[in-house]
Amino acid sequence: MSSAETTRAPFDPVVLFKAAFLAVVAIFVLVPLLATLLGGFKSLGELRVNPFGWPTHWEWQNYADILFSGRYWQLLRNSLIISTLTVTLTLITASMAAFTFAHVKFYGSSMLLSYLTLGLLFPAATAVLPLFIKVRDLGLLDTYFGVALPQVAFSLAMSVLLLRRFFRDIPHELLEAALVDGCSYIKFFRYVTLPLSRPILATVGTITFVNSWNAYLLPLVMLNTDALYPWPLGIMIYQGEYSSEWHLILAFITLTILPTIILFLLAQKHIVAGLTAGAVKG
Amino acid sequence: MTVARRIAIASPMGVAGETTAQVAVRGPSWDGRFTVLILFLPPALLLFTLFVVLPIGEAAWYSGFNWNGFGRPTNWIGFDNYRFVLETRAFWLALRNNGLIIAVSLAVQLPLALTLALMLAERFRGAVALRMLFFMPYILAEIATGLIFSFVYDGDYGLVASIWRTFGAEPPHLLASTDTAMLAVLIVIVWKYFGFHMMLFIAALQSLDKSLVEAARIDGATRSQALRHVVIPLLYPTIRLSVFFAIVGSLQLFDLVMPLTRGGPADSSNTMVSFLYNNGISRMRVGYGSAIGVILFVICVTFAFTYKRWFMRDE
Repeated sequence: MSSAETTRAPFDPVVLFKAAFLAVVAIFVLVPLLATLLGGFKSLGELRVNPFGWPTHWEWQNYADILFSGRYWQLLRNSLIISTLTVTLTLITASMAAFTFAHVKFYGSSMLLSYLTLGLLFPAATAVLPLFIKVRDLGLLDTYFGVALPQVAFSLAMSVLLLRRFFRDIPHELLEAALVDGCSYIKFFRYVTLPLSRPILATVGTITFVNSWNAYLLPLVMLNTDALYPWPLGIMIYQGEYSSEWHLILAFITLTILPTIILFLLAQKHIVAGLTAGAVKG
Repeated sequence: MTVARRIAIASPMGVAGETTAQVAVRGPSWDGRFTVLILFLPPALLLFTLFVVLPIGEAAWYSGFNWNGFGRPTNWIGFDNYRFVLETRAFWLALRNNGLIIAVSLAVQLPLALTLALMLAERFRGAVALRMLFFMPYILAEIATGLIFSFVYDGDYGLVASIWRTFGAEPPHLLASTDTAMLAVLIVIVWKYFGFHMMLFIAALQSLDKSLVEAARIDGATRSQALRHVVIPLLYPTIRLSVFFAIVGSLQLFDLVMPLTRGGPADSSNTMVSFLYNNGISRMRVGYGSAIGVILFVICVTFAFTYKRWFMRDE
């Protein structure tokens, strides 16, 4: 708390209390994460007597074994495929719909928009059994699309709302001028709206990606083949197999949350903006 | 022009669109608009209808059957599934747990988030780093978080066990006891979600009109008076939003519970969704599970509408 130095005495009790409070919360957040990271470097025996501290002997083997196994990479690959499909389809369908709602006046526009926002009212879990049967009847069970399409459908409501709000701020005169000059709506969308909307597209894309990357229930219900499992499913199975070999499980957890943390550090701005603007969880 | 325009005029949507539109350019522009309408809207509407709206309707239909998901549903049993759900003790336990989660969110998480936001909205070295640190648990997958904490709580290897042993006590198996399992889950919920609510408050505090606080201070209000009578009232909309997210989040909590307890022991830590999973989905009791889904749906929708009507009229 360095700002305090200029205006207050160094031992101001209020400042001390604040610092202590922040430190306690920081420890509360950090300790489980650090213990997980470090636990992956310990042997099982050491973990039992020394779960908090620095490893006395660094067991790089735990991490190496996982990194050199096909399993870890397969899980990440599956997650990446599903998330990429979900993000791409969400951005395409949601931006097209949002553009229409923002710039094209037609009868029933507001009604259709409220229809879409119904999706904000309830979680996917409520209808997951009929959803399973629908996906099965469409022949999409046990495919990437069987997971991605419902995820797209459930992320549409929020995405359309966020995108539409942004698109509406693009001056209408610009569109009218373009139309007079013979530019079509579709060209305007492609060459004006989308390039101008990179920040919001990045934000929506990031929220959708994080949600899809972390999703558990839909893949759990829709997928049966191990080879297609995304990492949240894979890690649950891994934990089941190595039930109390915690040093391996901790190494596996660390490696699977690593991509999320790296992404977070790279795209903080979009993630914070997107998730606080659009989250329905919490 | 020709075909598209004729269709446009023939359809009621087209006619109404023609009369209400106030676009300066007509003719070619309407053609363009029609093309946009038939190309740009259907993908989103189709996906949404197929995978969101229809399943909810079908849940209501299936909930009238005793059906295992194979063939067609034929065994119509009326409202019996709802009666079975309401007669299950685990259902009421799950509902109580959702209530507990909401209570803890309001009584612990929200004040914590608000306090931290007030501290971290100020500028000082390390403030941004702390914000990011506190927000980080929110972006971790619930599954990973649950697994991390099932290690923390583990009676043999976990952090809690180690603390217990340094005091010479026999370590408890927190997740395996009906008395402590839900408490343990609640702590993880606070750990994971307080940072999200903190960020909501920080965003609100940063867009707040500082001159109001300064005016109050010039008029002789103390720091805490300015906080209580100026800042907090200005944050009411955000507080209402934060409460809304906390309640909606509680109603859909599932991923976090699975790695920790799977809803057990003896259903003591089920949420509505994990109850739905354990009793409907994992046993393919489609009718019964759909009935739970419909009940959850009704709770969510009723809540969302009443809350919006009563507390969020302006947003």
